[in-house]
Amino acid sequence: MTAFWALVARDLRLALRQGSDAALVVAFFVLAVVLFPFGVGPEPQLLARIASGVVWVTALLAALLSLDRLFQQDYEDGSLEVIALAPLPLEAAVLAKCLAHWLTTGLPLTVVAPALAALLQLEGPGYLPLILAMALGTPSLSLVGAIGAALSLGARRAGVLLSLLVLPLYIPVLIFGVAAVEQAVAGFAIRPHLLILTALLLAALPLAPWAAAAALRPALE
Amino acid sequence: MSLPLPSPARLFEGSALACRRGERLVFEELDFALAPGGALLLTGPNGSGKSSLLRLMAGLTPPLAGTLAWDGSPIAEDPAAHRGRLHFIGHQDALKPVLTVAETLGFWAALREAPRDRVLPAVQKFHLAALAEWPCRVLSAGQRRRLALARLLASPAPLWLLDEPTTGLDDASTKDLLAAVAEHRSGGGMVVIATHLPLPLAEAATLSLEKFAPRRSAA
Repeated sequence: MTAFWALVARDLRLALRQGSDAALVVAFFVLAVVLFPFGVGPEPQLLARIASGVVWVTALLAALLSLDRLFQQDYEDGSLEVIALAPLPLEAAVLAKCLAHWLTTGLPLTVVAPALAALLQLEGPGYLPLILAMALGTPSLSLVGAIGAALSLGARRAGVLLSLLVLPLYIPVLIFGVAAVEQAVAGFAIRPHLLILTALLLAALPLAPWAAAAALRPALE
Repeated sequence: MSLPLPSPARLFEGSALACRRGERLVFEELDFALAPGGALLLTGPNGSGKSSLLRLMAGLTPPLAGTLAWDGSPIAEDPAAHRGRLHFIGHQDALKPVLTVAETLGFWAALREAPRDRVLPAVQKFHLAALAEWPCRVLSAGQRRRLALARLLASPAPLWLLDEPTTGLDDASTKDLLAAVAEHRSGGGMVVIATHLPLPLAEAATLSLEKFAPRRSAA
């Protein structure tokens, strides 16, 4: 377990020292959401209607933006080789990197989301579900994104390839994340949606590191 | 400080190995054997497969044909155990510009679950003590190399696989490396070094990769 936490600590330290990376993701999230009132007009009813969808879609795009740094730098400077040759299973190493990635992107996005939702006039009952759904959904984004990041490693135009690979896989999280908020605003139960988000996370937790590790091995040959 | 090791004379061996990079067969029918305390120098012109053989030995690349065995059991059967007993230093130094020398070594030791008290001797052995708190960003090429090599000492492993380890090192640092290799071998460790320069290693076997180049018809 020492090795697992050492890897998490190293990735967090790197993210903090190169603070711009994590800050850019949050800045993108804020800026992209702020564009919507300019685009569709400041009418409160309209903004409230689209608030949850806009927040979720931009959060997905912001998470996507940060995925390339998950393995790319370690791959280029040879660190990934050192990590892959450690006794720690590569699957566990991927999980550690996903955890660090979530702490530096998913978590800040979850914290900022309510403020942006307020900007878009989201109605009162929607806030708690938004926070809960983001907290349950964003770890899945990091985990599923790791598969795409591993697959596109070393490819030309990796960024474009990455979005093509990953965005379709984000759709379930988007659907149930938005539904949780909308149902709460409409006065319905949110529990089923949160349970499905939890189920998605529990499925991604073992499967994504396994798939990403399988995709990393050929890249290291 | 010799470690008590089981008696079989050969511990790490490969037989009938073949390797392909891309569409090209690099070498074939290659055999080697390495006993405790042994050293193997890989020589040959560029592209003869020195690095490929090291990556094969590390288990990063599966061999196209042949087997690698440790104490008689194929390494493919238990890759995790094999990773636990080797250090591989490739061409890249694997350093992060924003981490300090001490943090980098501490991470490498922790990654292999080694006690942290090994970090300081590793730093001293390669004369990095004065640089311990420097970020890797400011290190020179030779200093980066020394730090990469200090990884060998930061956590124990019986098998060292070194790819052109002297690149960028000055004479004094090369001597430090050779001293570390000699100490490692006297403790029963093994080392495989791919090199262009003649390295003065006592009783080192040389494996010239040219001899295993595939015959034209096979390629």
